[in-house]
Amino acid sequence: MGYPYSHEKEVPIISEHFGDPEARTLEGWKARGGYEALKKALDMSPEDVVEIVKASGLRGRGGAGFPTGLKWSFMPKDKAKPHYLLCNADESEPGTFKDREVLRWVPHLLIEGCVIAAYAMGAEHVYIYCRGEFFEATQVLAKAVEDAYADGILGDDVLGSGQKIDVTVFAGAGAYICGEETGLMSSLEGRRGEPRVKPPFPAAVGAFGMPTTINNVETLAAIPPIVRNGGEWYRQWGTEESPGTKLFCVSGHVNRPGNYELPLGFPLKDLIYEVCCGMVEDRPLKAVIPGGSSVALLSAEEAENCSLSYEGVIEAGSMLGCASVIVMDETTDIVHQVARMASFYAHESCGQCTPCREGTAWVTTILKRIEDGRGTEDDLDTLVEVTDQMIGTTICVLSDSVAPPVQSSIEKFRDEYLALIRRGERVGAA
Amino acid sequence: MAKKATAKPAGVTLTIDGQELTVPVGTTLLQAAQGAGTEVPHYCYHPGLSSPAMCRLCLVEVEGAPKLLPSCTTTVSDGQVVHTQSDDATRMRQGVLEFYLLNHPLDCPICDQSGECDLQDYVFAEGREHGRGREAKRVFGRDDLGGDILFYGDRCVMCTRCVRFMNEIEEKPLLTVVERGNRAVIDTFFDEGLEKSDWAGNVVDICPVGALVSKDFLHKARAWDLEHTPSICPNCSQGCNIDLHTRDNLVHRMKPRINLEVNGHWICDYGRGRYEWLNRGDRLEVPVMNAEGRNTAMSWTTALEALKVRIGALRKSSVKAVVSPFWSNEDLGAVSRLVETLGGGSIVFRSARAEEEVVLQGYEGLARRKALAPNGQGAELLGCTRVGDDLGQGGLEDLMDHEGVVLVLGDALDDQPEDFAPNAGLVLYLGAYTSSALASVDFQLPVTTFAEQEGTFTNHAGRVQRFWPALSGPGAARPAWLVLGALVGALQGEDGPNTAEKAFDLVAQAIKSYKGLDYETIGAQGGPSGAPVPVPVPGD
Repeated sequence: MGYPYSHEKEVPIISEHFGDPEARTLEGWKARGGYEALKKALDMSPEDVVEIVKASGLRGRGGAGFPTGLKWSFMPKDKAKPHYLLCNADESEPGTFKDREVLRWVPHLLIEGCVIAAYAMGAEHVYIYCRGEFFEATQVLAKAVEDAYADGILGDDVLGSGQKIDVTVFAGAGAYICGEETGLMSSLEGRRGEPRVKPPFPAAVGAFGMPTTINNVETLAAIPPIVRNGGEWYRQWGTEESPGTKLFCVSGHVNRPGNYELPLGFPLKDLIYEVCCGMVEDRPLKAVIPGGSSVALLSAEEAENCSLSYEGVIEAGSMLGCASVIVMDETTDIVHQVARMASFYAHESCGQCTPCREGTAWVTTILKRIEDGRGTEDDLDTLVEVTDQMIGTTICVLSDSVAPPVQSSIEKFRDEYLALIRRGERVGAA
Repeated sequence: MAKKATAKPAGVTLTIDGQELTVPVGTTLLQAAQGAGTEVPHYCYHPGLSSPAMCRLCLVEVEGAPKLLPSCTTTVSDGQVVHTQSDDATRMRQGVLEFYLLNHPLDCPICDQSGECDLQDYVFAEGREHGRGREAKRVFGRDDLGGDILFYGDRCVMCTRCVRFMNEIEEKPLLTVVERGNRAVIDTFFDEGLEKSDWAGNVVDICPVGALVSKDFLHKARAWDLEHTPSICPNCSQGCNIDLHTRDNLVHRMKPRINLEVNGHWICDYGRGRYEWLNRGDRLEVPVMNAEGRNTAMSWTTALEALKVRIGALRKSSVKAVVSPFWSNEDLGAVSRLVETLGGGSIVFRSARAEEEVVLQGYEGLARRKALAPNGQGAELLGCTRVGDDLGQGGLEDLMDHEGVVLVLGDALDDQPEDFAPNAGLVLYLGAYTSSALASVDFQLPVTTFAEQEGTFTNHAGRVQRFWPALSGPGAARPAWLVLGALVGALQGEDGPNTAEKAFDLVAQAIKSYKGLDYETIGAQGGPSGAPVPVPVPGD
């Protein structure tokens, strides 16, 4: 159905019922084939479920793109300790709004995916960690969980299988860092949302010290269709390395921004000019951020030939991330945009690691100074060097996330910085 | 299937900066490097606390690892090749140090930590010559955290050692990090401050910079002007190992000295704050003899000669001695020998006692003990009996009708009347201070306090621990063991001990549980007597 817009080139697997209020209800969801996949999974051995997911080639949709089936197989097989599944619904990457739509429109799809995943990994408890600002979505999900309990889908005896799987909806307090998997665990445990040193990895020591796997909402939402139809079925879309479909969140200067579910490997050009109906007022494209604010900017030329798969975007010089495509036309003030992004990271840094705590704030003040017309050319070198010092030196990757937009913008739009520094010229100053 | 039994390797062999070494399994790279003589800079790591690996200063290059690893949490593995000084590692440290200085006020000239500051040391050693920061610095200002602790937020490097100390060691979470990013700052919870802590002084010790400072020590001395002398805390029977920091012959502060078997890295606030008595100016400085109602100052030779004559005449009359548990085993042993030489008698001591122990929850075996003196155990082992009340007063009523010698060491008898021993044949006082009760005793001989002499205390668990002279005694004051030893020697026609070590040997011969102990075996960390003291390992 698509919401708010749909396009014929879409392959709606997860988004099939977006915009359909009846799909939110348990009855409506069952009428649309809901919980059939769960029944099928419960008839299989947990190992077979993992095998199907492995065969599908599904990769984590939260940004890193780690193979989901492989991640599940890291969970210890012995049941000496409780196992937990965490669903990361703390969607907070600037430019991303796909998980929210899953929570709002198809909460039962997510619950079904969670229960199947929990069954596959022997997890007895699933925590769905919702971003604090998602009031409506969290309410919809909480209602769906309540209905699922009442219907015997959750609880001590899932659909009469004897399996005990509980689901708890947990509302965060609204911090970007709590979307980082170990930060999420700290927050879930009631501590400051601070990422933890790895190793130990969550599969060994995770939430509450127990073996834990953490998956993104979209990843788990893709599980029921995959289980229902098989791994090979999922591979009919996408590329060899990036099988399946993906929700693309498009924002910025396009005529029809929104969520579009497309096969991976879809051309970026077609996404902008066909699916999103082109640029606003047909203004020329200037830059695209293909995967949320923490990836490198693509120039218009790079975007021209970019294929939207994990490997395709890397080839173009950036990262697919969580496929949050931010489209910027020629009226965009790149320096301002990058400064805005940097200030986001400075605001959201948890403050544990020195390079991140000090670096994000420093980069922001330098960028703001340049923006205010008080920059020098040396500042550009300083920015590149400082962000270099922020890569790979911290517990989590928040610090690393500042470097790509800053460095790529200086590399690709240096003239714009220099015009501002030397002559005070701004783009789209109006 | 018979397999040759291979001996399990005793440890892990790795290479750090080209040096091959074998260390126990589970050792961290930072500890291994320390063992090899390489100090990897670090802030958040502290051997007595957990390691959050967040300061990112101790990153080292490990061959085969995709990025630099925090040496404080990475454990050794066989065949590892580690470079602490590689280009990548040093460049990274330089970068991190630059980040630290971005908002650091560089107010070293007025900072108490200056001279013993890890930030100063690391930046001098490895930092950039010129920082690139031109932005205005963040300002937090100064905050009174309660108790003896002041917080200078601008100097803080956010290592969170203080927060972890309160959480993990004292187990009273009075400190926390509020806000995030570079607005993050250490703070207390609302109106509750560190005045509720009994061990808060330790956060000043473990603060690697001048963010947490002591109000008591504020601007009192520069770190490089202070001399450090290993000693023992005199304020309870735990026997915490300390350093006395002195300048101009005054104690300026007491700092814990690491001894994992007694106090780890910590000391309590009660002990830490009670050093001023060592600086008292109203000291006995010369031997004084009271003859025909007049006190006369005299030289040691004259005084000892007169004393020998007086005391010799009273031989075979019983002796009642009152000693102070603030005096060393050597001193108390000399009292015991004198009493024996004179024909026997009793030795008592008075000692204040607290109602409760103040236990440090997170460090087994460490508490501010009830007995508020360092050597009550040593006194008891020497046959002394505790008398008096829990304020350390009273209990000397039987001196009233005693007719022999009364010998007092160290206890200034502040609570006693002037005629506390009206019938005594001779009242001899050796001490540091005088009092109204002592105004007209026969002899007042000036002796040194423990801080002015070498010696040993025996803690509550029977552990004998040495201390060294940190101050010079005033005027003619001498150690009591020297004075009493000379007296005993003169009475027996031989030489008394002329070193503290020899004085201790005489004590060790007399006490069964000190058997085999001498200054060498006791060393700087103390020697057990009786049952061995269990060794708590922090983090275990």
